[in-house]
Amino acid sequence: MSNHEGQKPVRKEMSRRQFLSYTLGGTTAFMAGGVVLPMVRFAVDPILQKKEKSAFIKVVEESKITNDPVEYKFKIHQVDGWYESEAELVAWVSKGADGKIFALSPVCKHLGCTIGWNTEQSDQYVCPCHGAHYTRDGKNLSVAPKPLDEYQVELKDGFVYLGPIVANTRV
Amino acid sequence: MFKAVYNWIDERLDVAPLWRDVADHEVPEHVNPAHHFSAFVYCFGGLTFFITVIQILSGMFLTMYFVPDINNAYASVDYLQHKVAFGGIVRGMHHWGASLVIVMMFLHTLRVFFTGSYKAPREMNWVVGMLIFFIMLGLGFTGYLLPWDNKAYFATKVGMQIAESVPYIGVYLKELMQGGTIVGAQTLTRFFAIHVFFLPGALLALMAAHFFMIRKQGISGPL
Ligand code: HEM
Ligand code: FES
Repeated sequence: MSNHEGQKPVRKEMSRRQFLSYTLGGTTAFMAGGVVLPMVRFAVDPILQKKEKSAFIKVVEESKITNDPVEYKFKIHQVDGWYESEAELVAWVSKGADGKIFALSPVCKHLGCTIGWNTEQSDQYVCPCHGAHYTRDGKNLSVAPKPLDEYQVELKDGFVYLGPIVANTRV
Repeated sequence: MFKAVYNWIDERLDVAPLWRDVADHEVPEHVNPAHHFSAFVYCFGGLTFFITVIQILSGMFLTMYFVPDINNAYASVDYLQHKVAFGGIVRGMHHWGASLVIVMMFLHTLRVFFTGSYKAPREMNWVVGMLIFFIMLGLGFTGYLLPWDNKAYFATKVGMQIAESVPYIGVYLKELMQGGTIVGAQTLTRFFAIHVFFLPGALLALMAAHFFMIRKQGISGPL
């Protein structure tokens, strides 16, 4: 269509300078990537590694559980990089108004301090750090933004087994 | 003797212009406490630098004994503090210096703020200063875990919960910083690396930029 009479056809040609900056730039980027990528992948490895689900651990006889929360300790096998150990976990176990046995995690949902039961004679869980309060079911009454987490409970042969920690199912 | 050595080097490398460029410049009257005592507020930047040098030096010496391992970290700190000559002093320098550097930095920032020195053309140096501030907080946070005592462990746990509360990325951020799902062996090695190599490296680069800009732009004028 366009008429370029008397004009030399314009060739879209790359200048030497452009050619060199593309090839050298590309090579540099490739080499820099080769240096940086292994280190980045190395550093983020922990978030990409498969997590193993924690098993259910036998904690206490079912018959011992009452309506009042009691603190039970149990051990899980913990793998922390090149360290393996038996780590102690704590659960506050009680029977709810519905007759169901449930176990609360003692980790405050505010900033992770350890809560205690009835430390103010108020029939509540209380956190000593910034004064979070929770009901028997772990419902957050003040300070904390979420209810206390729960351990998954399994009842087998008259014993309470506790498993992975999940979000509260009771409130 | 010293003079002879200096001259011998200077003949070959002409070093005089190098140190002259760094050291040989006038201190304006309004920043000189000998003229107006209240000008001592201009010393806080230099004092921050002084304490930073102490942190770096004392930290380098602490690593001669310190072991970043959950079974040995506490014992190594206990040993260097109680069994090594001047251990209490060297660790004390690092321990108290860590708080003092924050105080000095804060006072320096107040001076810059109230003399309006952050205004054009020095905005970039304010930004660099803020980056240095965050690096210092990072050094304080990562260093605090290293002795691996109860205070260290729980302070870090709470710090991790704070990181976790960041919307959306919080969980990953926490796990990345922890180097796993708990505050444990991998957290200690990670924090040690960050405390001793990554952050000091970034700090030195930022301080170089800070001082380069000060030298280029000069100290801000009197009020
Ligand atoms: C190159 C620079 C540095 C190195 C090599 C270094 C090294 C170390 C080492 C090995 C420890 C553990 C020993 C101990 O706890 O006594 C430590 C602790 C610590 N570091 Fe550093 N550090 C450096 C810079 C800094 C800076 C600039 C700060 C300032 C904010 C800082 C803050 C801390 C804190 C708060 C502790 C805990 C000290 C304690 O509890 O006694 N470090 N550092
Ligand atoms: S951590 Fe429990 S109230 Fe803040």
